[in-house]
Amino acid sequence: MDMDLSFGLGNGPMVLVRPNYKKKHDLLKSTRITSTLIRIKPQSQRCIIVTTRTSKPHLGLVLEFYSIVFLFEVCLVDMSWSCSNYLCLSTSNTGSVISYNELTRLNSCKFACVSEGQRWKRQDLNRASNILAYSSLKPPSFKIDIGQRRKDHPLKKPRNISAYYSLKPPSYKFDALEPYMSQRTLEVHWGEHHRGYVETLNKYLAKDDILYGYTLDELIRVTYNNGNPLPEFNVAAQVWNHDFFWESMQPGGGNLPILGLLQQIEKDFGSFSNFREEFIESALTLFGSGWVWLVLKRNEKRLAIATTTNAVTPLVWDDIPLLSLDMWEHAYYLDYKNDKAWYANVFMDHLVSWNAALARMARAQAFVNLGEPKIPVA
Amino acid sequence: MFNKSFILLRVKLQGSTNFIGAHRSLPHRYQNHTQLCRLIHTTKHNTIQMALRSLANAKTLARVCHQHIRGLQTFTLPDLDYDYGALEPAISGEIMQLHHQKHHQTYITNYNKALEQLDDAIAKGDASTAVKLQSAIKFNGGGHVNHSIFWKNLAPVREGGGEPPHGSLGWAIDQHFGSMEKLTAKMNAEGAAVQGSGWVWLAVDKELKRLVVETTANQDPLVTKGASLVPLVGIDVWEHAYYLQYKNVRPDYLKNIWKVINWKYASKVYEKECP
Repeated sequence: MDMDLSFGLGNGPMVLVRPNYKKKHDLLKSTRITSTLIRIKPQSQRCIIVTTRTSKPHLGLVLEFYSIVFLFEVCLVDMSWSCSNYLCLSTSNTGSVISYNELTRLNSCKFACVSEGQRWKRQDLNRASNILAYSSLKPPSFKIDIGQRRKDHPLKKPRNISAYYSLKPPSYKFDALEPYMSQRTLEVHWGEHHRGYVETLNKYLAKDDILYGYTLDELIRVTYNNGNPLPEFNVAAQVWNHDFFWESMQPGGGNLPILGLLQQIEKDFGSFSNFREEFIESALTLFGSGWVWLVLKRNEKRLAIATTTNAVTPLVWDDIPLLSLDMWEHAYYLDYKNDKAWYANVFMDHLVSWNAALARMARAQAFVNLGEPKIPVA
Repeated sequence: MFNKSFILLRVKLQGSTNFIGAHRSLPHRYQNHTQLCRLIHTTKHNTIQMALRSLANAKTLARVCHQHIRGLQTFTLPDLDYDYGALEPAISGEIMQLHHQKHHQTYITNYNKALEQLDDAIAKGDASTAVKLQSAIKFNGGGHVNHSIFWKNLAPVREGGGEPPHGSLGWAIDQHFGSMEKLTAKMNAEGAAVQGSGWVWLAVDKELKRLVVETTANQDPLVTKGASLVPLVGIDVWEHAYYLQYKNVRPDYLKNIWKVINWKYASKVYEKECP
């Protein structure tokens, strides 16, 4: 039974894989990857998942000349609406070894690999103090073997798995958004801010595996802790927010939304220009650092504009964001200095990607019922 | 006495709009006059230039009269004691100019506007509007207060910037923190850890007579962290304070700003609170 991992909406599923503890970890040592992430390219035949009656699903990578290598054992597929592009996987004994250089080339994604130095030392003893803070969190959504995760004993936890997130580049080149967002801004914003967030997140996650097993969305919700955020929340949420932001922009963006999204905006805001004014107004009246979102509210079943401070995202309220605008000063200071109004207007006129918003809206409709479908009467 | 009604002139300047009006909440007469002169010089449309010129002369008198009638004090941008470029290379002149002329001025303008609206709401007895304006007042007023302190906290190197404090403040720092280096290390750590925008302060608790290091978010003034706290040294860790020069490396900015901190002012404030 094959599953083709091509999803037409530009995002691949997130697949989380654990190391295979029943077998020896020779491969782990030789490839020095314990867990890492790969983006599954949309509409590509490069990845297939194979399940048989006797073994767990395995993820195979299709290489040149149609040879397939089964490398990774799959243990979680996240089919949630946001479908971030991260695939977390680990090596197992069932396939040949691919060096991570080749994997990078195949998947055009940066890996963060565990280095030998990050193995456990005496850090276990320090963990006992914050166990309480983390033990009350909602457990991850997939089941894992008892042998893999012995709960609650800090010293007996398996020591060489950790979750990692990789830095995904925007789908356009850095100078593609000129003159509205300069290449320099993208270089610094993505290359230093976003990369810094990802690396800090990986550092937090490497300390401890108590947060192992969550998809990024779950990690954000769980570390938000209902308003009392844990330290990982800021970095995890900012990683997600920035990914979302790069996808909310495109070269040659702006103009108007089309089809159902335009209809929904007109229904919920009156007209597109009303919406645009409200959006820009929210951007200008935001105090301090934050984000402005176009969200689909789940309970009210309508679109709305939301503003959040610092790293908060509408995910924590279980709403579905469709677009975001980064109002942290680092997003616009190099290009627009202090002129927020100019930046917000340029975003709406030239940068915003209504295609991405439409795709997200289409996916969101699978989760939120926006109204009666029009069933033609014969 | 002039009885001018509101005159609002909407000027389109290179794609952006500016409001110029005979509104009593505008900042200081002199400031406004220079602003208008700058505007007149930069605007390219001749008829608008003429209109602005006439406006500049007529409205300033009107505004002063209005101000005296209402008894509402408006705030103006304080001048710096040094040139914009005098703090190089710790803080570049471009940052200082933008920070002072754009950011601080915006806070003052919005603060005056909010105070005006608050005044109206109180006069009308409109409690909900009065309460709704509190966040705008805290943000913009706090911004004005904090930045006014900030400009006094900085001094060029040749005027004593960066020179560690002698006297009672120096002694108190050594007593509470161990040494100047430890204090700067602590403030740098706290400043770098501020999420988003905020300030990091060295303050004296005037009741307990103790030095404390505090951080505040956004533009919250220090008193939100304790009514008896008096700020001695405040460092702006909003991104606009360092981004053009240091990009995202806030720790470098924090390390370098100590070279231009004006400890004389801090000592003066400390000696006033703890004689």
